[in-house]
Amino acid sequence: MEMKKTSLFNLHKKNGAKFVEFAGYQMPIQYKDGVIHEHKYTRSKSGVFDVSHMGQLFIYDVEGLTESLEKVFPADLKNLNINQSKYSFLMNEEGGIYDDLIITKINEGYMIILNAACKYQDFKIIKEKLDNKHQMALKDNLSLVAIQGPDAKNVLGKIIANSDKLKFMNGCNFDFEGTKIYITRSGYTGEDGFEISIDNSKVEKFVEILLDNGSKLIGLGARDTLRLEAGLCLYGNDINNNTSPIEANLKWAISKNRIETEYPGSDIIKSQIKNGVDKLRVGIELETRVIAREETKIFNEQNKEIGKVTSGTFGPSVERPIAMGYVDNNYSSLNTKVFLEVRGKKIAAKICNLPFYKKNHVKGETNV
Amino acid sequence: MSEVKFSKEHEWIKLEGEVATIGITKHASEMLGDIVFTELPEKGSNVEKDGTAGVIESTKAASDIYTPVSGEVADINQSVVDDPSKINSDPEGEAWLFKLKIKDRSEMDSLMNREQYDKFAKESSS
Repeated sequence: MEMKKTSLFNLHKKNGAKFVEFAGYQMPIQYKDGVIHEHKYTRSKSGVFDVSHMGQLFIYDVEGLTESLEKVFPADLKNLNINQSKYSFLMNEEGGIYDDLIITKINEGYMIILNAACKYQDFKIIKEKLDNKHQMALKDNLSLVAIQGPDAKNVLGKIIANSDKLKFMNGCNFDFEGTKIYITRSGYTGEDGFEISIDNSKVEKFVEILLDNGSKLIGLGARDTLRLEAGLCLYGNDINNNTSPIEANLKWAISKNRIETEYPGSDIIKSQIKNGVDKLRVGIELETRVIAREETKIFNEQNKEIGKVTSGTFGPSVERPIAMGYVDNNYSSLNTKVFLEVRGKKIAAKICNLPFYKKNHVKGETNV
Repeated sequence: MSEVKFSKEHEWIKLEGEVATIGITKHASEMLGDIVFTELPEKGSNVEKDGTAGVIESTKAASDIYTPVSGEVADINQSVVDDPSKINSDPEGEAWLFKLKIKDRSEMDSLMNREQYDKFAKESSS
């Protein structure tokens, strides 16, 4: 199968991108300056990310859509205002996660941002669960870019007036040179930032203007180090079909008034909340500079295997190795001493709080 | 006069008398990206030709360091353990990795010279 390209492919190339295959797309892993520089630039100024490979699913409003969607997602959609966003999950009957996603209520119905590797399967699952009653579209004509970092609001505000007035996890329609664009204040870096849904024909020009105003293109390499420092999950690594939101320590994302109601896996979630879980996602702090990558085995002090690392890298802002993973819940409390097996050696580590890097995003009505 | 040769695993080796200095090539450091961790063999230990002699980790992944010849580790470059990013800035100079007291000079024969390596590196990255 031929690899797909986003509408920004030529701009990536022009900026010296190295490409990797990701979910069937040729995506930039890094540009000329490299991962560490790109990471730090995002934390100190602002970075632009091409995330057009992600799914932009629109479900159009007809009578009863909100009620139907509440049977699919564990989110309080009835009390979601127009232009407000919510982090949620598409779940299986066992309480596992098919995908994590952002749902935004819009005038026409709902917009849902899906992970690239899951989007076609999600579409099928959601369509089936809605009994084909609602019109749905995965929009290939739209690109998605994120601008993240402390300067993001100023850079974007210069181009799109009043975009800096948006509150966290809220969106709105704006105009860019006569074309309607949709901006939400959200992101995946632990920084203040925005995600912009824009027509494929306009995206290159839009991004070029962001770059002219002092932002820089950032690849998937730095996107990963940024999100891991921020303690955020990567679907496929840190959450999957076999991990529930409770095990993933994401209980906050299940709306409080939905816990007693029905959605896929709700019985299991209810029981896990009541009786506790066997494994839990935790942060892990290493005592040396050794990096424990995904699949690294975790042991207790008696040398019994108690879990596995699901993401691990070097954190450029915290300047040390960072990791997260799942451990037997008996060993999940803060500062519990554990050992990680790296290249045959046991490396001392301890359970720590997430995030590794303190969040910097704006406050606002978050509804979480 | 010293002799510099290159391996297919992208190490360079400079032989001066009985002592060989080993590092990774500029091409390898560029392919790896930002280097954030280095583990070197222990001083006094013995390493075998084409065996692993340490690890270099970039932000992206871990890569083994292979030794192009056999020998006893005579010295290691502690400064690249303390600051692994030096391997990105000067991999073929200041950021050498370790020195070996070599056993068999003829192990050098199968290695590439600069011209052969440059051609090999160009072909393997395209």
